[in-house]
Amino acid sequence: MSPSQDPADTFRQEASDLLEGLEQALLDLEGDPGNKDLVNTAFRALHTIKGSGAMFGFDEVAAFAHEFESAFDRVRRGETAATPELIGIALNAQDFLRTQIENPDAASAVIGICILADLRKLTQSAPAALETAAPALKSEEAQKVFSVSLRFKSDVLINGANPLRFIDELRGLGEAEVTPEIAAIPALDALDPLACLMSWRVRLTTRAPRSAIEDVFMFVADDMELTIEDAAQAKPAAAEPTPNQDVAAHEAAADSAKRTPKESATIRVQAERLDSMMDRVGELVIAQARLTQLSAAGASTLGVAEEIERLTSSLRETIMGIRMLPIGSLFGRFRRLVHDLSRDLGKEIDLVTEGEETELDKTMIERLADPLIHVIRNAADHGLEPPQQRREAGKPTLGTIRLVARHAGAEVLISVSDDGRGLDTKRIRAKAEENGLIAPGAPMSESELHQLIFHPGFSTAKEVSALSGRGVGMDVVRRTIEGMRGAIEVLTEPGHGSTLTLRLPLTLAIIEGLLVRVGATHYVIPLTAVEECVELASEVDERSKGRSFLNIRGDLVPFIRLREIFCEPGRPEPHQKVVIVNQNDSRVGFVVDQILGNHQTVIKSLSKLHADAPGFSGATILGDGAVALILDTPHIIAAGQTRERRGATKHLEAA
Amino acid sequence: MNDDAQMATQALLMGIAGEVFALDARQVREILDPAPVTRVPGAKPYVANVLNVRGKVIPLADLRVRFGMEPAKLTVDSRFVVLEVELDGDPTPVGIIADKVFEVTEIDAATMQKTPPVGMHWRPEFIAGIAKWKDDFIVIPDMARILGEASE
Repeated sequence: MSPSQDPADTFRQEASDLLEGLEQALLDLEGDPGNKDLVNTAFRALHTIKGSGAMFGFDEVAAFAHEFESAFDRVRRGETAATPELIGIALNAQDFLRTQIENPDAASAVIGICILADLRKLTQSAPAALETAAPALKSEEAQKVFSVSLRFKSDVLINGANPLRFIDELRGLGEAEVTPEIAAIPALDALDPLACLMSWRVRLTTRAPRSAIEDVFMFVADDMELTIEDAAQAKPAAAEPTPNQDVAAHEAAADSAKRTPKESATIRVQAERLDSMMDRVGELVIAQARLTQLSAAGASTLGVAEEIERLTSSLRETIMGIRMLPIGSLFGRFRRLVHDLSRDLGKEIDLVTEGEETELDKTMIERLADPLIHVIRNAADHGLEPPQQRREAGKPTLGTIRLVARHAGAEVLISVSDDGRGLDTKRIRAKAEENGLIAPGAPMSESELHQLIFHPGFSTAKEVSALSGRGVGMDVVRRTIEGMRGAIEVLTEPGHGSTLTLRLPLTLAIIEGLLVRVGATHYVIPLTAVEECVELASEVDERSKGRSFLNIRGDLVPFIRLREIFCEPGRPEPHQKVVIVNQNDSRVGFVVDQILGNHQTVIKSLSKLHADAPGFSGATILGDGAVALILDTPHIIAAGQTRERRGATKHLEAA
Repeated sequence: MNDDAQMATQALLMGIAGEVFALDARQVREILDPAPVTRVPGAKPYVANVLNVRGKVIPLADLRVRFGMEPAKLTVDSRFVVLEVELDGDPTPVGIIADKVFEVTEIDAATMQKTPPVGMHWRPEFIAGIAKWKDDFIVIPDMARILGEASE
């Protein structure tokens, strides 16, 4: 840990992971109340939060987690069943813990007390039979005597651990007889006060299992030698209480000053990926030294240039790999969403996820959270029918929402499907005609009609519910996805459900592009959109004053002259080329003066001042330092269409 | 730049269309010789181009166009002045074209005056104030306004 890093941040990050684990366990537990493993997972997460919370000075967190833990302990011991009510409150408690850690000022102590009171009430009002059975069972359980030997590494004090605390915790488990061993301590003048040279033997009489003893040392296990031996199955030892060593209690917490919460912008990286990056950088340094030497000697640098090219490209890949995270971390959050939706809507919903291991750029994962929430809400609210209707349609009452991620070439496909009623194309058309979005009776393909659901303010819902129906959500989805240079596809089958697929590029930082030239200016077209390049035959060029279509192997492909769209001065060059791009399954050609070839495009964003130039998703810097703009193909096509319409009315004006 | 500046401030003096403008030196990032620029089709006319400054793509504004004049040809004296301007709360680097850059000088805030309502051919809402410098008057532009406000 670097000294500049706030240790509290480390805790926040760790706790955030743990809370996520806790939430998952609780949600799983709801479906499988008897599962001991899940109870233990939840318990472990709580216990760790409590422990490290106290260690990092989050005393309130530790206190709350402790209460939560004790209540939950009854579930662990099987005294209370994990009922849905209990899970509900436990989830609230989990939320509260999260608030306490991430935004302590917003966490009101009163709420915490209420949650704990509820939790206690539920855990204690457990069936009487269980209540009485438990103590009986307990006394039957034989007391065991363990002989525990503790030897800490000498630098354990420097790392912030306090051996006395662990001994106190052992005492909490049962009757403990502690014998310090001081043989290793040197004479006073040779004594290093920072080193822990003492070791202890503890004779512990307890009903707790061996694992409970191991749990005590959970956080220091790497810094100590711990041996636990069964010392005869024996009678309660009549050991005398050891002298009070309460010194420990006074020490803690003094240094835990108030810490301001802040967004932690750290990322966890596999050590192996870092190593490989380090290797590449090492090679790069060597290549650079060679380059300097060669250029000083005036020799040819071609070989080194090639080597550097190879190194930078592999370095780029490694760095991109570091930015990649499995999407499962995002999917996990939706289980809670679906759980809550299911309760609020009174529908039984099962969320099935697939492809959690699919990796995606970290920043994209964060930006995907909101749109996916809207899509899932929509599927639950509009897609899935109420149980009654489902039964009538002969479907199981339990509706299923599937969330699937997978790679396809340089894209990631994330699809959300439901087995509900499907999109009502007729309703969409009727509504769109009513709103004046499309002309009555205009010929439109199914997929064009489906795209209308993303239009701002468009909703076919008869009434606005708390969840959806205002026609805002899908617009948000479209904007976000297009902002990431992605696309949305809708597939639907009336009566059987619909699937919404988000197609996203793998990363936001670097893309493969096709470098083209129009007049004197260079532009980059994202390669994922490009299908093929053809020459604009001169007879088509001549004729295209009247119509702009190409015949590509029998298919009609309209084309747009970028020169005209961009108001480029000068005359078009002879032998124009057409780049055919695919947008939402329809193909459009862009006419350019020259195609220069593939270009590794590092994307630079355009400033706010150019937010109103919609044809470009960003810019990049070419080898000679000039700036080339990156085309935003959907917007260019839209601009071409409006232009065409205008052109049709005053057609003769063309120069 | 601010009306409430109490002491002398360091300012960069530059000429645009025969007028001397003073920019708060704290805003100025660097002064560059004219470099190749790239036109952004569809952008507002007064920020028609972008420019590569050390690997960042930044907009290049032409204040002449913003003030309703014809864009001027670049000359040997022309410079691109890179500023950091607060736009909607975000500091944004922006280049502006200066016909000539004179010097960095101290402007006594005491000499600063409010823009007179008449007698200016610059749009008054773009001017933060008028200051005195060597027996002459210089214009202190309100860059955030000039660049930020929607194009009208």
